[in-house]
Amino acid sequence: MTKTDDSNSVGVRQIWSLLEQVNDPEVPVLSVVDLGIIRDVRANGEDFEIVLTPTYSGCPAMDVIRTTIRMVLLERGYTKVRLTTVLSPAWTTDWMSEGGREKLKAYGIAPPLPSQQVCRPDLFGRDEAIECPHCHSYHTTRISEFGSTACKALYRCEDCKEPFDYFKCH
Amino acid sequence: MPLPSPIDLKLQYYVLHLADNALVLGHRNSEWTGHGPILEQDIALSNIALDLVGQARYLYQYAARIMNEKAAEAMGNASGAMAGSGGVPVTEDSLAYGRDAWDFRNCLLVEQTNGDWGKTILRQFLFSAWQYFFYEQLQQSHDSELAAIAEKSYKEVVYHLRWSSEWVIRLGDGTEESHVRMEKALDQLWKFTGELFVPAGYEKELVAVGIAVDVEALRASWEEKVGEVFAEAQLAWPGAMRGLTKDTAGEGAKSEWMQTGGKDGRHTEELGYLLAEMQFLQRAYPGCEW
Repeated sequence: MTKTDDSNSVGVRQIWSLLEQVNDPEVPVLSVVDLGIIRDVRANGEDFEIVLTPTYSGCPAMDVIRTTIRMVLLERGYTKVRLTTVLSPAWTTDWMSEGGREKLKAYGIAPPLPSQQVCRPDLFGRDEAIECPHCHSYHTTRISEFGSTACKALYRCEDCKEPFDYFKCH
Repeated sequence: MPLPSPIDLKLQYYVLHLADNALVLGHRNSEWTGHGPILEQDIALSNIALDLVGQARYLYQYAARIMNEKAAEAMGNASGAMAGSGGVPVTEDSLAYGRDAWDFRNCLLVEQTNGDWGKTILRQFLFSAWQYFFYEQLQQSHDSELAAIAEKSYKEVVYHLRWSSEWVIRLGDGTEESHVRMEKALDQLWKFTGELFVPAGYEKELVAVGIAVDVEALRASWEEKVGEVFAEAQLAWPGAMRGLTKDTAGEGAKSEWMQTGGKDGRHTEELGYLLAEMQFLQRAYPGCEW
């Protein structure tokens, strides 16, 4: 049996574009591709393998995402699809697409800063200068390191007074 | 029927020990969900609980795979995994909901009751500081599955450590009331910290072959980190870990004796109550889903 691994096959390309229609249920403006959690799509004849990595270990959206991927692909006739999970290298917000960052901002969530700047265990570290997605002021304060989901922190804008989510660097 | 080779059995125990640590502390934290002192901190602790339960799932899935593969090998049947009772494969759920207290190998620290907010925070801090150094090292494990889980978990623990450290300082160096409560919490929890640095029997051989972390070697970094935060929090160092090391307790050291046993399945009474609640549904309605 010869293994054909053609990353440019029609099937693989179509699966990538279908995955762009699968959105994160918690942040519905981002597709799973934008989020950077699809690590690979492989073809072996008629069989396909999609390699995913979770954002956070306990992210409850992962099960929904896996089910949605299966449904979307099934609708287009992809029946032999295997979803595998990899943990290493660990997901980082640096893998989020440029388009994804723009979409987040337009949706009212501040996009993540590059991780090497701020992912430190230092205590009471200088708050990241996060731009308010509503009025674009940098005069903002962190209210809580943990927001409505594991991947977000809660901020408040001191100028327009609006609270907002920041997709924290990871 | 050949028994599993010693190293596999030790690896199975080790993975379960790590999984149980994460699940039990995750469950304890989840008891705060809906009861936190303010909404933001309720959410913070619930998020930490989610991370821990997520880490536990990876570890239980790995343990289940080891157990099922061994069982299949023993039966000379590569396709049918039959490690569980009645020939049913072991799963992450059967490991979490189907074992009794003596099968759990978590450290005693994580099973201690929540008490007040101060005790919960201090328990999280003492354990996060350990996990921080532990996962840093486990990333070098020769077992690639454990190394990958460690790499993922480490990033999450950085947040847990920072959040809990800040709260220890805020409360320890806060009001008279919060300071007294932190001292009380320290009295209650300190005796369970020594165990974090004592390898269980199954751990030692795995350290020798580069799979497990040498926890004894983490002690100095842990003490330094915890000491820094305690100093800032105006909390006195409770004393040397006497009984586990050569007696180096200085003047005024008050808590020298350390309780151990959790890693070998000998627990405080608290774990039984926790499991009774956590496992109730699966015990009453086995295999129930909703």
